[in-house]
Amino acid sequence: MNDPTTLHGWGRTNPTPARVHTPTGVDEVMAHITEGSPRGVIARGLGRSYGDPAQNAGGTVLDLTGLNRILTIDAEAEPPTVTVEAGVSLDTLMRELLGHRLWVPVLPGTRQVTIGGAIGADVHGKNHHSQGSFGNHVRSLDLVTADGTVHTIGPDTDPDLFWATVGGMGLTGVVVRATVEVQRVETAFFSVDTDRTTDLDDLMARMTDGDDNYTYSVAWFDAVTRGKHLGRAVLTRGNKASLDELPAKLRRDPLRFVAPSFGTIPDLFPNGLLNRATARAFSEFWFRKAPRHAVGEIQNITQFFHPLDILADWNRVYGPAGFLQYQFAVPFTEGVAFRRAVETIVGSGHVSALNVLKRFGPGNPGMLSFPMPGWTLTVDLPIRDGLAELCRRLDDLVLSAGGRTYLAKDSRVSPDALRRMYPRLADFAAVRDRVDPDRVFVSDQSRRLDL
Amino acid sequence: MNDAFGAPQTLLLLGGTSDIALAIARRYRADGNLRRVILAARPGPRRQTAAGQLRELGLEVAELDLEARNPDSHATTVEQAFTAGDVDVVVFAFGVLGEAERAWTDADHVLEVAEINYTAPVHLGVLVAAKLRAQGHGSILALSSVAGTRIRRSNFVYGSTKAGMDGFFFGLAEALRGSGVSVTVVRPGFVKTKMTAGLKPAPLSVTAEQVAEQAVVAARDGKQVVWAPRLFQLVMLVLRHVPQAIFRKLPF
Ligand SMILES: Cc1cc2nc3c(=O)[nH]c(=O)nc-3n(C[C@H](O)[C@H](O)[C@H](O)COP(=O)(O)OP(=O)(O)OC[C@H]3O[C@@H](n4cnc5c(N)ncnc54)[C@H](O)[C@@H]3O)c2cc1C
Ligand SMILES: NC(=O)c1ccc[n+]([C@@H]2O[C@H](COP(=O)([O-])OP(=O)(O)OC[C@H]3O[C@@H](n4cnc5c(N)ncnc54)[C@H](OP(=O)(O)O)[C@@H]3O)[C@@H](O)[C@H]2O)c1
Repeated sequence: MNDPTTLHGWGRTNPTPARVHTPTGVDEVMAHITEGSPRGVIARGLGRSYGDPAQNAGGTVLDLTGLNRILTIDAEAEPPTVTVEAGVSLDTLMRELLGHRLWVPVLPGTRQVTIGGAIGADVHGKNHHSQGSFGNHVRSLDLVTADGTVHTIGPDTDPDLFWATVGGMGLTGVVVRATVEVQRVETAFFSVDTDRTTDLDDLMARMTDGDDNYTYSVAWFDAVTRGKHLGRAVLTRGNKASLDELPAKLRRDPLRFVAPSFGTIPDLFPNGLLNRATARAFSEFWFRKAPRHAVGEIQNITQFFHPLDILADWNRVYGPAGFLQYQFAVPFTEGVAFRRAVETIVGSGHVSALNVLKRFGPGNPGMLSFPMPGWTLTVDLPIRDGLAELCRRLDDLVLSAGGRTYLAKDSRVSPDALRRMYPRLADFAAVRDRVDPDRVFVSDQSRRLDL
Repeated sequence: MNDAFGAPQTLLLLGGTSDIALAIARRYRADGNLRRVILAARPGPRRQTAAGQLRELGLEVAELDLEARNPDSHATTVEQAFTAGDVDVVVFAFGVLGEAERAWTDADHVLEVAEINYTAPVHLGVLVAAKLRAQGHGSILALSSVAGTRIRRSNFVYGSTKAGMDGFFFGLAEALRGSGVSVTVVRPGFVKTKMTAGLKPAPLSVTAEQVAEQAVVAARDGKQVVWAPRLFQLVMLVLRHVPQAIFRKLPF
């Protein structure tokens, strides 16, 4: 038996110890599940969820990053597909696919997530309004369930188990392998339009009118400035750049992937470094560095998708008390509630520097999948006195607007609120009753939320 | 399971009728995450009243029998407390002041005070620690007393039992490091509760609410010891070094 390892999520709150195994083959995964543990088992990918879904106090955690092979790439098929083990990261996959002129269909705000984590949380990216979330692109997957057997499932093969697994936060079993439909690209660059908007209404109006012209769209907004310019934002939208859109210099090596790194943030930051003053300075800088209006700029992957990946472990700047990310979605008809939520955050005295606003397209049949047609907002908030109350106030607003918060970001919602946010929890429980009646798969999150 | 703010969902009160324990429950309720309280206490009207008050706050309450002087019953009590799911915080609150002059002259009485204040806490402490370790998370709040840090003639039996249990929980905190379980020893001075009813409040006296506030914050922050009020840390630092010849003459 190996010694317990203390695990936490990206927000570094509420760490707990578990026995961690890193299987390198499917047979080992099966063995660990059959062997079991009185405190159950949960899968973990790269631990990029913010709260406690990939940890299991006193129990077993299967670290899937040992299952890291790309098995087949079928570039000829229409659409092209790739079959990978669940521990492959989207970063690794993206680099490999580029050589085949192929592209990962959904990229979240970091590429340091595994295929298993992308399925478990049904992650979304800047193209949700046009191409849906990760689960929409999964053709089939292999799931090891509580009895230690492998089920190959997909939207047409045991769809209930498939759509419980997509977004199911690891609670149906362990995904060991998946076949994913991917996209063709000519270049590794994006043609990007940028707009600075003056306030929230301006932003929402522009997104409503223009998003459909772009595959990718997202806005960073300023959550510090109050008053007339409340919700001023930088809106960036774009499409994959075709070869002839590239300047001559880039055309010579169109699939070149640029991923600079400025190194790792040391673990030295005190609590409270992010305060009103630093957040204001950051917001001002971010807003001013963007062009007021620019069309057809050619940007690389890091510039367009992952400006934060340049700094590894940037979560450390929040200090040892950690932080949380509050992400919610409300239907399009609830623009007023959305505005109230923004006002509540900006007026709260809690400061967030990284604030993302997006329009979601249609959701998928995932029983616990987060995206719903409507507006979604994400803010990063360091743990401080009064934050629990702010989050509860936001929950109330979100609930009364028929919205929900995102489990991949959650570390604090109440079980009762969750029940009202996810009306298909009963269907989810029914699937688990079938494949995991003894609840072998449990996490700190599932205990906290009574799932 | 605690949330990101370190706020618990389930609380076990050993000595569930204690005024300080109930103040701790109300304080956690105000945090907003608490859902379930298990009151382990001797059956009777006091426990019924306490359960009723907590239910009125919207909490789910379970009542369990706990008799400190009956060690054979302890394992069952602890077992029952953990059957419905994980427990996030366990408060060791039962205790008696005893009658100071009888306690050092009456062998039966000293046994009673020692069993309730020392033997039962360490016995239950071991049983609870095993459960929390298996869970991989949880906190213990142990109600000790400043009376145990420098023994006074006026209540030395009580003081000696608190010194003993204080040492046990302080050491338990060390032993459980890395297990996900934390222990906070709470050292109040004079608290106005039913235990001290009729006694003249000593200097630096506090309310049960004040003790609860400090205890909850200390447990959340993973502190090993908290004094209530905080000033006692300094006062006791000085008093511990006062020679006995002088200490004897101090007016308390
Ligand atoms: C900087 C940053 C930006 C982000 N941006 C976005 C974004 O834009 N959009 C978005 O949707 N999310 C975003 N996220 C969240 C992240 O994409 C998800 O939390 C994702 O699930 C993390 O993947 P992981 O491999 O780290 O999984 P973990 O965090 O380790 O696990 C997440 C969940 O998936 C389950 N799981 C993991 N592997 C498996 C498996 N093999 N089988 C079954 N279940 C499994 C776990 O049990 C757990 O419940 C962001 C996170 C960060 C840190
Ligand atoms: N009040 C102070 O000034 C003060 C100062 C420092 C430390 N403390 C400590 O803080 C803790 C809580 O005290 P408190 O002020 O809240 O007093 P309290 O209200 O009198 O609580 C003590 C509880 O102990 C219980 N108890 C006594 N004998 C028991 C037994 N044999 N079996 C099971 N339970 C028994 C009593 O329960 P019943 O309802 O069954 O009688 C009572 O509710 C005690 O450990 C005390 O020593 C108190």
